[in-house]
Amino acid sequence: MLGNLIGVLFDGIAYGSLLFVISIGLSVTMGLMNFVNLAHGAFAMVGGYACVLLMTRAGVPFIATLPVAFAAAALVGIVLERTLYQRLYKATHLDQVMFSIGLVFMAVAAATWLFGPSQQPVRLPDFLRGQVQVAGLGLGAYRLFLIAVVALVTVALHLTMTRTRFGSQVRASVDNAVASAGLGINVNRVFGVTFALGSGLAGLGGGLGIDVLGLDPTFPFKYMVYFLLVVAIGGAGTIKGGLVAAMILGIADVAGKYYVPQVGSFIIYFLMVALMIAFPAGLYGRKA
Amino acid sequence: MAGLATVARAAEPASTVAPRLPSDRWRATEVAFWLVVVAAFFLFPQHRVLGSQILITGLFALSLDLILGYAGIVSLGHAAFFGMGAYAAGLLAVHGWGEPLSGLVVAGAVGAIVGFATSFLVVRGSDLARLMVTLGIGLMLYEAANQLPSITGGADGLSGVSMRKVFGVFPFDLSGTTAYVYSAAVLFLLFLVARRVVSSPFGLSLRGVRENVKRMPAIGSPVSRRLIAVYTMSAAMAGVAGGLLAQTTQFVGLDVFGFPRSADLMIMLVLGGAGRLYGGVLGAALFMLAHHFLSDLNPVYWQFWLGLLLVVVVLFARGGILGAIEALRERLAQRREVSGA
Repeated sequence: MLGNLIGVLFDGIAYGSLLFVISIGLSVTMGLMNFVNLAHGAFAMVGGYACVLLMTRAGVPFIATLPVAFAAAALVGIVLERTLYQRLYKATHLDQVMFSIGLVFMAVAAATWLFGPSQQPVRLPDFLRGQVQVAGLGLGAYRLFLIAVVALVTVALHLTMTRTRFGSQVRASVDNAVASAGLGINVNRVFGVTFALGSGLAGLGGGLGIDVLGLDPTFPFKYMVYFLLVVAIGGAGTIKGGLVAAMILGIADVAGKYYVPQVGSFIIYFLMVALMIAFPAGLYGRKA
Repeated sequence: MAGLATVARAAEPASTVAPRLPSDRWRATEVAFWLVVVAAFFLFPQHRVLGSQILITGLFALSLDLILGYAGIVSLGHAAFFGMGAYAAGLLAVHGWGEPLSGLVVAGAVGAIVGFATSFLVVRGSDLARLMVTLGIGLMLYEAANQLPSITGGADGLSGVSMRKVFGVFPFDLSGTTAYVYSAAVLFLLFLVARRVVSSPFGLSLRGVRENVKRMPAIGSPVSRRLIAVYTMSAAMAGVAGGLLAQTTQFVGLDVFGFPRSADLMIMLVLGGAGRLYGGVLGAALFMLAHHFLSDLNPVYWQFWLGLLLVVVVLFARGGILGAIEALRERLAQRREVSGA
């Protein structure tokens, strides 16, 4: 029983880490530009397909494809940000929602056309398969790897945000874009770089997640709710909030599906409405 | 909001034009619109089933327009009320109450009750919180309907909906004749209600909330109560639309609660032009006609073009089709003014 509980917790944390790395870019762009971007999952999908293509067509090992997934998604992100997203920063939320839903439709159709509607296979290297015995418990090797990678990313992100010049520029712009521009920060460039970084992290998460979340053209729709949830519950613009929210969601989802499978996804939706009512601005969000 | 631009533009020549109060008078274009609805009945007798579906979706879009176009509440889960209405009307008929009109009333009432109950969760919070709450309520109801097959029929849908004749005279037939007239009549009646509501002081206060939510309390308008009222009204209308669908198709599928239904609805409204009442009906007509006649096309391509159209509309044609027509008309009027002066 206790072993079960720890196993569920562990899987939940692994799942939550994945949600975190994909959603953190969305959280930052929402906090920074106040842009409701429903198309964030599409960037994760770009990363996922970059991974799969490199592995199946070019025979690149899995680990080596992850940086490419990051780069591919970041590149797509910066191109779209400069050409399209940028025009809509001042638009209403309705316009932004419609625009990004349009992008998702196009991404889904394009992915189906290019790669077919089926699930994409992923071949994990041997050392990431099977289980590792830790203190008498069998833990999935790949999930351990996931948690480790995300922990690394989180630390790196935290250091970037707190210790570097760019990080303080981002934080200043989140707090007050107008005042930051007045102080000589190139807010426009900060937006662009942040968007690319966020898309890249989503791409990395998409690549890491093929084994857990699966990858097919409907990916951006299937997980849209989860990514939005992380941001909405955590509060836009905070890394800590996103992390906590992703863990809550990951553990609740895995535990719900394990202990009460007959209720299905009901738990996660209920949790979402309940949390949104209790914390309309998110757990760590500033008061709207 | 799409309406903001038009309002600002209309206010520019303020010296010559008095502030435009909503006028309740019927314009020629409006009469023409309803004549088209009548004419379509006679011109395309073989497409009456599709026609009734368009009218029902138009009513559904009209209900969303009330909260989205006028009150500015972005909802991604309006199908919740549509579905509640559909199951209410469907279940009544399955359990022996096949009288259509009272069924519709019940469908509307159920929609209103659920709308009123959830409105308290929706009116508070930011756009993002509203988006998530409406989405969550819709998904929750979908899951609930899916998990209760003994009541709803689950994934197989609710079949065995047998309707009695409308007024005891007109049976629902396969040609869709009764369905078309019935849907058109219900749409027209509820449209009159919506039209009256948006040009009333209540409707004006809703626009005020949309344009500036902070100033409305300052001029003595209770924002939350206004929003709760319009949300409930909109939910009731959506419930009636759902009931209509259940009665005319005599079947209720799980997809009445689905997220695609809510998303498509919003797309129709935005394409047609939100905040104009007719935009939703027009958008629904164009969307469903395109979908019907392009269905030979691979659905994937349909999705791609739909997505592209959305992006283009948001970037270049805010206000949708009706917004574009209005802009054109205003430009023509300005040119006439300039040449006349």
